[in-house]
Amino acid sequence: MRVIVNGREMMLDGGLSLRDLIASVHADPAVVVAELNRNIVPSSAFSETMLQDGDRVELLSFVGGG
Amino acid sequence: MEQTDTFELGGRALTSRLFTGTGKYGDDGLIPAVCEASGSQVITVALRRVDLDKGADNVMRHIPGHMTLLPNTSGARTADEAVRIARLARAMGCGNWIKIEVISDNRYLLPDGYETVRATEILAREGFVVLPYMNPDLYVARSLANAGAAAIMPLGAPIGTNRGLRTEEMIRILIEEMSLPIIVDAGIGTPSQACQAMEMGAHACLVNTAIATAADPIGMARAFGQAVQAGRRAYLAGLGSVAALARASSPLTGFLDQEEGGI
Repeated sequence: MRVIVNGREMMLDGGLSLRDLIASVHADPAVVVAELNRNIVPSSAFSETMLQDGDRVELLSFVGGG
Repeated sequence: MEQTDTFELGGRALTSRLFTGTGKYGDDGLIPAVCEASGSQVITVALRRVDLDKGADNVMRHIPGHMTLLPNTSGARTADEAVRIARLARAMGCGNWIKIEVISDNRYLLPDGYETVRATEILAREGFVVLPYMNPDLYVARSLANAGAAAIMPLGAPIGTNRGLRTEEMIRILIEEMSLPIIVDAGIGTPSQACQAMEMGAHACLVNTAIATAADPIGMARAFGQAVQAGRRAYLAGLGSVAALARASSPLTGFLDQEEGGI
């Protein structure tokens, strides 16, 4: 399936959860906040949120800033 | 015994009036010592996309647990983008404070007053403790107060310039006219400038670049902490008045060789 992650098109296997995706980009789910098709997904729902073809995902984390 | 001087903001009673940032450190590992040396209790962070090739940055592991986190909405060019970033930041589970930054000018990074007011209105209604970064303009300040801001954060000079209190007179007017707390943000380059802002009656200062880019950030953090404290104490003590002509500090009588009862 085709999923847009942080603006990048990725071809992913079906049956992938949001948590799997976060792990696949070497990010710690504990410090990531996610948006799926413009809706915020609470971290408690990462595992049960299954990705679908055409989804748009944003993965963000806190960085240094003023 | 000295009276405790606390700054009530967003349900917290802060004993430090220096807010710090986490940007621009050569080594983020300095952040805990900077927090300690500055005495700061509020610290800013930004929210960014995870780098898909490198994984998530985790500035959070450097921030001591007792700090109040103040995420900013940097990167937002409109109110709607700021609202989106604020909601994402809150979903991180680190509290509901938000520093609104809405900027579409890349040269001077000046805040967009209209969009900032709009974002403040929406986020205050959603229960955020909203601290908007703003141009020190009285009408914008009043609009932000009406929109539900918890404090306002006027700039002293453009972000990251270390140019000091270029907007001094405008900030003075805000301090005089507004009942909302004033936190001078952006442009403060030296401890003496932070001290001056506090002497003028600002409630707090936010300093990032001047500490993070100093040769010794920990030493500079301590200097800023002391300067903000000194300025606050001076303000509370009440500054003496300014005069055009000299007023002698020593008695003008009892000089040597002076005749009794006359000159």
